[in-house]
Amino acid sequence: MARAASNRSRFGWTILAWIIGLILFFPILWTILTSFKTEAEAIAAPPSFLFFDWTLENYGVVQERSNYMRFLWNSVIIAGGSTVLGVLIAVPAAWAMAFQPTKRTKDILLWMLSTKMLPAVGVLYPIYLICIQLGVLDNRAALVFILMLINLPIIVWMLYTYFREIPGEILEASRMDGATLKDEIVHVLTPMAVPGIASTLLLNFILAWNEAFWTLNLTAVNAAPLTAFIASYSSPEGLFFAKLSAASTMAIAPILVLGWFSQKQLVRGLTFGAVK
Amino acid sequence: MTMTIRALLGATALVGTAGAALADGHATTLTIATVNNGDMIRMQGYTDQFTEETGHQVEWVTLEENVLRQRVTTDITTNGGQFDIMTIGMYEAPIWGANGWLVPLDDLSDEYDVDDILPAMAGGLSHDGTLYAAPFYGESSMIMYRTDLIEAAGVEMPDSPTWEQVRDAAAAMTDRDAEQYGICLRGKAGWGEGGAFITAMANSFGARVFDENWDPQLDSPEWAETVNFFKDMMDAYGPPGYATNGFNENLNLFQQGKCGMWIDATVAASFVTNPDDSQVADSVGFALAPNTGLGKNANWLWAWALGIPAGTQKADAAKEFIEWATSKEYIELVAENEGWANVPPGARQSLYDNPDYQSVPFAQMTLDSILSADPNNPTVEPVPYVGVQFAAIPEWAGMWSQVSQELSAAYAGQQSVEEALEKAQAIAVEEMEAAGY
Repeated sequence: MARAASNRSRFGWTILAWIIGLILFFPILWTILTSFKTEAEAIAAPPSFLFFDWTLENYGVVQERSNYMRFLWNSVIIAGGSTVLGVLIAVPAAWAMAFQPTKRTKDILLWMLSTKMLPAVGVLYPIYLICIQLGVLDNRAALVFILMLINLPIIVWMLYTYFREIPGEILEASRMDGATLKDEIVHVLTPMAVPGIASTLLLNFILAWNEAFWTLNLTAVNAAPLTAFIASYSSPEGLFFAKLSAASTMAIAPILVLGWFSQKQLVRGLTFGAVK
Repeated sequence: MTMTIRALLGATALVGTAGAALADGHATTLTIATVNNGDMIRMQGYTDQFTEETGHQVEWVTLEENVLRQRVTTDITTNGGQFDIMTIGMYEAPIWGANGWLVPLDDLSDEYDVDDILPAMAGGLSHDGTLYAAPFYGESSMIMYRTDLIEAAGVEMPDSPTWEQVRDAAAAMTDRDAEQYGICLRGKAGWGEGGAFITAMANSFGARVFDENWDPQLDSPEWAETVNFFKDMMDAYGPPGYATNGFNENLNLFQQGKCGMWIDATVAASFVTNPDDSQVADSVGFALAPNTGLGKNANWLWAWALGIPAGTQKADAAKEFIEWATSKEYIELVAENEGWANVPPGARQSLYDNPDYQSVPFAQMTLDSILSADPNNPTVEPVPYVGVQFAAIPEWAGMWSQVSQELSAAYAGQQSVEEALEKAQAIAVEEMEAAGY
């Protein structure tokens, strides 16, 4: 009796989870479907869901007009570079905060997070001027550095949360066995935190991939990533929703595939430390 | 075989031309920032011809209008030098020209025939009589209406109707049960969206944004009459949710056959008469934007134009491109390949003198609309600013975006028209005082 009730409850939760999941995924699904419609069908009322004349025409137009591979490559470099660089800097920082805390550690963590609360446009001009002075406008390396700085507080916070879960006694034991600081971080701490570091890498890669303020404002031709690619298909005077949807689908496809294959790590990363 | 020989000859000619340009030491790569609309995208498709003629390569940076505005403004105000040519509008050109941020276009070649540019366009893109950006295409606004519905309703649409006539026609064509709305207009917040429409409409009601001393006039009876007329008409005969409708939303409604009338940009005429996209393509008529008998119609004036930022090192090559892209020859090139209905409109008088173009159904009304808008004398009462649906001052974009948000809130029923105008006046007074007017 109790088991039947439990099964019913589990079934109910599963259905609810599916409904919520489908609602969340619906805009993406709609974008993908629209990308296979003609412009006239894309704005038809009432809209057709699956029964329309499927066409690849929009993908052909987008391919013809834009150098997709250049945008994609820039996205990979900028998102990948900034994430890896961020983790390299954040691992020692999070180690220090987790295992050698001072009375100011919490304040420093909060201060780091507070930098995320400033609207980006507030520092657009200073950063733009610095880039001009350094000659690094429309430069991938500059964007790698800037996005790394922007995401660093989140990376440090995430790693700090993981490291706090690792018993300090293990590190103490390694020290008693003669491990140096470098050995302790590289050979003891890092292997134990691999799942956490992987989740952090993935999540920040996605954040950097989707970043659409600095990547639009600091690039022109050479360093423009997929966010600029999408922006080039949005039009205030003219209904080009099907082409915009095709461009959007092409821009999100790589990250969607990555997210699909790494969903376990992502979920683990997002919920780690949430339930003690 | 013949194809191969032709291709080889073509390639040789191309390399030869480019080589000659390189030998002159001036072949370069131009970076051009532009918006994503039909005419600009079409121009990108013909860029190879420019490269063939001059040897200059072209890199396009295409962005959504608001993103483009922010992007090019940041670059030009910091002398960033990211772009050699920028696509700008009538709002930016005179302000940036006055600040010395744009290269003056005062030495264009004789063949270019700068005097052929429509005076209204040249005037709106100049400062102190110097042209700072060349119009690629120009637009005004006009009434697009359903000839079949007008006929069925038993009313007539004059070539230059009054607002009362427009309201009566809207009433006659409205059938809410059939989702048939008499009139569709922009209510969406934003200085270039609903903000532009209501300002042009206010001009026709005798209102003005500032008096001769730059004092805001949004608390005047003329403004109250304008906004109340708009809201009453749209509440009764407009589509639901009109407070959030802009150009694209109304274009969609009109093409789906849900609007009896639509007053908007003249460039929309080519969309709504295109049978590939529009269900009502064969039953669209055109008329001048409405008036109230005070001598001003409710139509605006706008141009997308090409300007050269003062920071570029490639001003000569940039001028070559601008002369090519905004020339009579470019218009003929597009007409030859894609038909006269698809050429960039509203920039040159010679286009409207061309008998082939005169056969395009919306050509004459577009020209009449453009000619009836005067950016130097936009209102019934005198004003100190230049611009029809905006005042060409740097404070305008920020100030009018806020004002249009208040008006949209009134359209949506979140506040009364009186409250909205009271707040709008306060916003304008504060902004202008802060700016030192």
